Amino acid sequence: MIEWRENRTWRNIRVGLKSLMLHKLRSFLTVLGVVFGVSSVIAMLSVGEGAGAQAMEQIRQLGAQNIIIDSIKPIDEERSGSTAGRLIDYGIRYEDVQRIVETFETVHRLVPVKTLRQDGRLRTREMELRLVGTTHEWFDLVQRPVLAGRVLSAEDNRRAANPVVLTEHGARRLLAGAHTIGEILRIGGHHYEVIGIIQSADEEADGRTPDARVDAYIPIETARHRYGDISVRIQAGSREIERVELHQLIIQLDRIEDVEPTAAGLEAMFAQRPSSQTDYRIRVPLALLRQAEATQRTFNIVLGSIAGISLLVGGIGIMNIMLASVTERTREIGIRRAIGARRRQIIAQFLVETAALSTLGGIIGLAFGFATPLLITFFTGMPTIITVWSLVLALGISMGIGILFGIYPAMRAAQLDPITALRHE
Amino acid sequence: MVSAANVAQDSVPIFRIASDFVHSMKPPSTISGFGSSPTTVVEWSDVHKTYRMGDEKVHALNGVDWTIRQGEYWAVMGPSGSGKSTLLNLLGCLDRPSRGRCRMFGHELRELSDDQLSELRLRRLGFIFQSFNLIPQLTVCENIELPLFYMGETARAAGERARALAVEVGLADRLQHRPTELSGGQQQRVAVARALAADPWLLLADEPTGNLDTATSAQIMELLDGLHAQGRTVVLVTHEDQIASHAKSALHMLDGRIDKLIV
Ligand SMILES: Nc1ncnc2c1ncn2[C@@H]1O[C@H](COP(=O)(O)OP(=O)(O)O)[C@@H](O)[C@H]1O
Ligand SMILES: [Mg+2]
Repeated sequence: MIEWRENRTWRNIRVGLKSLMLHKLRSFLTVLGVVFGVSSVIAMLSVGEGAGAQAMEQIRQLGAQNIIIDSIKPIDEERSGSTAGRLIDYGIRYEDVQRIVETFETVHRLVPVKTLRQDGRLRTREMELRLVGTTHEWFDLVQRPVLAGRVLSAEDNRRAANPVVLTEHGARRLLAGAHTIGEILRIGGHHYEVIGIIQSADEEADGRTPDARVDAYIPIETARHRYGDISVRIQAGSREIERVELHQLIIQLDRIEDVEPTAAGLEAMFAQRPSSQTDYRIRVPLALLRQAEATQRTFNIVLGSIAGISLLVGGIGIMNIMLASVTERTREIGIRRAIGARRRQIIAQFLVETAALSTLGGIIGLAFGFATPLLITFFTGMPTIITVWSLVLALGISMGIGILFGIYPAMRAAQLDPITALRHE
Repeated sequence: MVSAANVAQDSVPIFRIASDFVHSMKPPSTISGFGSSPTTVVEWSDVHKTYRMGDEKVHALNGVDWTIRQGEYWAVMGPSGSGKSTLLNLLGCLDRPSRGRCRMFGHELRELSDDQLSELRLRRLGFIFQSFNLIPQLTVCENIELPLFYMGETARAAGERARALAVEVGLADRLQHRPTELSGGQQQRVAVARALAADPWLLLADEPTGNLDTATSAQIMELLDGLHAQGRTVVLVTHEDQIASHAKSALHMLDGRIDKLIV
């Protein structure tokens, strides 16, 4: 009995496939609809996934467990053009750091950052360097591979010693390399020993990570002692004098759950400072991450819907073709019924046809869907990620739609009255 | 004339019976004994078929009583519109009567489900149409195989059977042709072979020579006569006396009623 059933199923499939081959052009056009549907689903999802992954990777580099506080020059000071010659005093204070350490037990690491611009000179090469004065913990937070030598240590800071770590970028500007380790780099008239070179931030992540556009690192204690907190800049012919104790504070917390409450606490603490104007900004990468994830979801839904609609169009195409086919083959259906085909067998024949069309379309679509993101990345440089679930989804939906939209025409075919169908011409 | 009993014994049981329903139907031969009392294949009493055309009712069949026994050869005659095709469609289990009793092989037609009607058409009836009704996209061989396919035969068994039938109707060398590549007479032979594929108990032909010239018609009638001679039950619709003369019995229709019955 089972053997007989299998035999019959196989025969149904053969009849379905055979009648597809009889209408090659029509079958091809139908398949085309599904191909575009499936490949656009895969391509769109891969673009969405790729864009999202890039944004999230950049945010992750900021550290989901971190809170970053930047010193910001108050807007009013900026506007009232009379800053010439006047001292502008703003930003994070050393005492703020002290207060944070005392107040928040959730803080795991606290990395202070002083940024400076000083003339540097290595051998005969001279240029203005963008320096970061910080502690050894910086290198724990902003992890970059060490290309040569070593990074700053706790000891360097304690002794206010004079080692300097170059970034790859800074090294390139100074024409330094692994051979430079141990040589003397003069910064603003002081001598430093080059102790290591580390990899720079990703150029595309410019501005997103704390180490973007940094040429060299020195111990923050050394920076304080040698250059102080006051910087003078000549701008548009007028001198601008600023006093900033710390330019940035990176706070790493023990646990990710602590990030949001601590950020709120920091906001409250900074709001109570005597400073008359807002001279700081608190950034919470975790919040950005959450936001990016939400954006990503929306993006996926939008792209997915567009692609889904194209699949739907493919499905309607199948239905249209199959309905036309039912009308066109009314007489054939009548003959088959008169000979003794059951309704189920007629339905099976038509369903096999649509299933075959949509599966074939799905498989070709899969191939195109695989190729399209690669081409997009190749020509536009836009990152794309093909996920397994998008392949499964696209193929599953295409087959589902093919069968779903095939059922109605198949039922119509089976419901035809054999006598009427026979008389049809 | 060969008896019904011989038909059943001679026919090789190459077909596995798939349906319990068909299995439950006793072959006429086992009931008939040695052919002394022919078995009833069809038993109609007061059969009506009414079509509704808008507000008007068309009485295509208007109280037909009829009995067909195993091995009989009937001609159904009558003017156009007298209900011949309607009658044959009912015989062919393609339709159900509006009123009256239609017993086919011991089953009441109105009580059978659509699947059961399909099963009857598939295994018990062979239909030959005026317009051949072959599927143009299929080859001759595939057309003949079609009922076997729906019976669930293996491709090999169906192929062998189709070849044997093609030989029987004289088309052994046309198996891989398309119907459109054949003459009308040849197409009708394919249709006859297809009708015979399932080894049916009752052969129905609706004006089988209506689209053929005289010479070809004669060949087809020769074929039908031969099938009858083998013991098959044949019902033939025609309006030509010459064709009707081949049959042993005749039924004349007029306005949905039996006008004359010649047994
Ligand atoms: N499906 C139908 N719908 C309505 N009227 C029909 C239908 N089939 C047949 N008839 C009518 O029934 C009558 C008998 O038709 P038919 O059996 O085809 O006659 P014949 O085959 O003898 O020419 C005719 O009047 C015809 O118009
Ligand atoms: Mg007619």
